[in-house]
Amino acid sequence: MAIEVRIPTILRDYTDGEKAVQGSGATIAELFADLDTSHPGIKARLVEDGGTLRRFVNVYLNDEDVRFLSGVDTELTDGDSVTILPAVAGGMR
Amino acid sequence: MLTISQELRDRIITHARADHPDEACGVVAGPAGTDRPERFVPMLNAARSPTFYEFDSGDLLRLYREMDDRDEEPVVIYHSHTATEAYPSRTDISYANEPGAHYVLVSTAECGNDEGPVSFRSFRIVEGEVTEEEVRVV
Repeated sequence: MAIEVRIPTILRDYTDGEKAVQGSGATIAELFADLDTSHPGIKARLVEDGGTLRRFVNVYLNDEDVRFLSGVDTELTDGDSVTILPAVAGGMR
Repeated sequence: MLTISQELRDRIITHARADHPDEACGVVAGPAGTDRPERFVPMLNAARSPTFYEFDSGDLLRLYREMDDRDEEPVVIYHSHTATEAYPSRTDISYANEPGAHYVLVSTAECGNDEGPVSFRSFRIVEGEVTEEEVRVV
């Protein structure tokens, strides 16, 4: 099952500079595990030790933020596109 | 050094004053690889907060898709501090994920919503390291 994953600039160190890579998995969690085998270290940048999505990482399935779907348990279908974008955020403290 | 037009600088400041006391935020996109800020994209602060800002996640996806389609980069990422100086906070540093961008901070602590003194400063934030840079207005 091929899923295209779009990688943000900050994580392209893990993908030899590639803007998009292919992965596979029936869910976001499985996809991240698969990505981590071909791009070791990337998973830890996306999820906490417990497996939940990091607060300031946005993951989209096609056009939808997976937080509004089922988070890392969101199911994937062949041909889906997943986009990873770090939040743009900050504050005075 | 950040080189930016007077018009874009003024638009950032106008946005910051209008949203005071909440933090204002946005991007100035430019052609990839040129370091030229050209297209002003004010963003909604989804946090609507005087102490925090965050781009709405749907808006963020649309923005990055649009920049991708136009072969642009976020040359400037700006936000305002409304009660403190125009210097990156610990939070700003920990969430700074665009090492190629100029992080512009505007402080509206003195001027509020009105005309009046405003500070406009630019920084590079790379791997937690903050470096202030000169701003050249052209």
